[in-house]
Amino acid sequence: MFGYTFQWNQALARLPKMLDGAVVTMEVAVLSMLIGILCAILLTLLRLSGSRSLRAVATGWVEVARNTPALFQIYMAHFGIASFGIHLSPFVSLLIGITFNNAGYLAENFRGALKAIPDTQIRAGRSLGMSQTQAFRYIIVPQMLRISFLPMTNQMVWAVLMTSLGVTVGLNSDLYGVTQDLNALTFRTFELFAIAAVIFYIITKIITLSARLIAARLFRY
Amino acid sequence: MIEIHDVHKSFGQLEVLKGIELTVDKGEVVTIIGGSGSGKSTLLTCINGLEPIASGRIVVDGTEVHAKSTDLNRLRRKIGIVFQQWNAFPHLTVLENVTLAPRKVLGMGKAEAEEIARTQLAHVGLGDKLATYPARLSGGQQQRMAIARALAMSPDYMLFDEVTSALDPQLVGEVLETLKMLAEEGMTMICVTHEMAFARDVSDRVAYFHKGVMAEIGVPDQIFGDPQHPETRKFLASVR
Ligand SMILES: Nc1ncnc2c1ncn2[C@@H]1O[C@H](COP(=O)(O)OP(=O)(O)O)[C@@H](O)[C@H]1O
Ligand SMILES: [Mg+2]
Repeated sequence: MFGYTFQWNQALARLPKMLDGAVVTMEVAVLSMLIGILCAILLTLLRLSGSRSLRAVATGWVEVARNTPALFQIYMAHFGIASFGIHLSPFVSLLIGITFNNAGYLAENFRGALKAIPDTQIRAGRSLGMSQTQAFRYIIVPQMLRISFLPMTNQMVWAVLMTSLGVTVGLNSDLYGVTQDLNALTFRTFELFAIAAVIFYIITKIITLSARLIAARLFRY
Repeated sequence: MIEIHDVHKSFGQLEVLKGIELTVDKGEVVTIIGGSGSGKSTLLTCINGLEPIASGRIVVDGTEVHAKSTDLNRLRRKIGIVFQQWNAFPHLTVLENVTLAPRKVLGMGKAEAEEIARTQLAHVGLGDKLATYPARLSGGQQQRMAIARALAMSPDYMLFDEVTSALDPQLVGEVLETLKMLAEEGMTMICVTHEMAFARDVSDRVAYFHKGVMAEIGVPDQIFGDPQHPETRKFLASVR
């Protein structure tokens, strides 16, 4: 059909290389989530701060992250800042771009979660002699975590998928980059990208299923 | 001893407390009655320093609550407060709700905190609910849990702000019984309440608040039997 003969064996022979790429993809996704969560907490606090300029910076970050293409954000993290003489490796640029995106989305989720928890919870904690920090840490954060857990899982899945944009800044060690290089070498386009798609699918399924298990253990109430 | 001397407090233009004078002795039970918006809740939140005051002094066992040098977190350990809305911590079991503050604020070990929590929870009739999450409790049970949570800090004073007002009528009794029990055990208490029978039964003194002023204070028999202030008479007639 269409003069194309499937040659799965040729493509499957490259599976180990692709799995190496999947490891790099996971590295970027996990790191961008961990740093992204920390940045999001910081952004959430900044948006509550008394300083108008700090609030503006945080809001600007969130707005750009959520309202411009991720591709643009990653591009800026590489070629954009290169204009100022800062040259980062493709890996680092991709990591920064996705982290920026994660932090923006997560900060918005955290803010929504915070709004959903009544002020009286803090007051109850303070009445028991807790400091503001203790009340936040032991009463607010755990409840925020539960409300934000599903959005965080979704963001993790997005982070995995966004790694495919690394090719635009020249990354070729991640799953998508490896697949593209192998394609240039063998022209087994359909087979290679089908295998890559299956690997992406399996990774994201593992993430959502394990998130569900973790949630069931963590949130009994 | 809680000494409240000429306390004024405003929210914006609105003066909510207009020179409150009240001294509550150790072991005394004072109930505060009065119309909605008369400043009852505000006074309680000023006593434990949740709200600042404009002028006057509130002194608890010699410590001036609103002095800059006062460590409010430390002071609040000896003043328990329970609100109309009970504010259970939904992510913690009943036992954990009660052990949280003793552990994190007093630095108590887990075993010791649980021992105290079990005792307090049994005391308010929740000894069989330790592993339950608040969402599975009735309003009355959650309110009793909130009382146990405050008692676990071994406070010297307890403030109650209309703790039965948000409850279904059939659940009011169990919470009032708990308050009565505390009063009989000699706890020093200030209770804001709309339950006149309760106020009459348990109080050493009853104060009537009207528009930010303590219009009248006296023993229950006098306040309910022979109110002196015309506003007190009007109020009591309206709630009977
Ligand atoms: N945080 C607040 N901000 C502004 N106004 C308030 C606040 N809390 C209470 N008030 C006002 O202060 C007055 C007294 O309130 P409150 O002490 O709650 O009365 P009570 O408990 O006797 O019903 C009311 O008019 C109320 O609207
Ligand atoms: Mg009130």
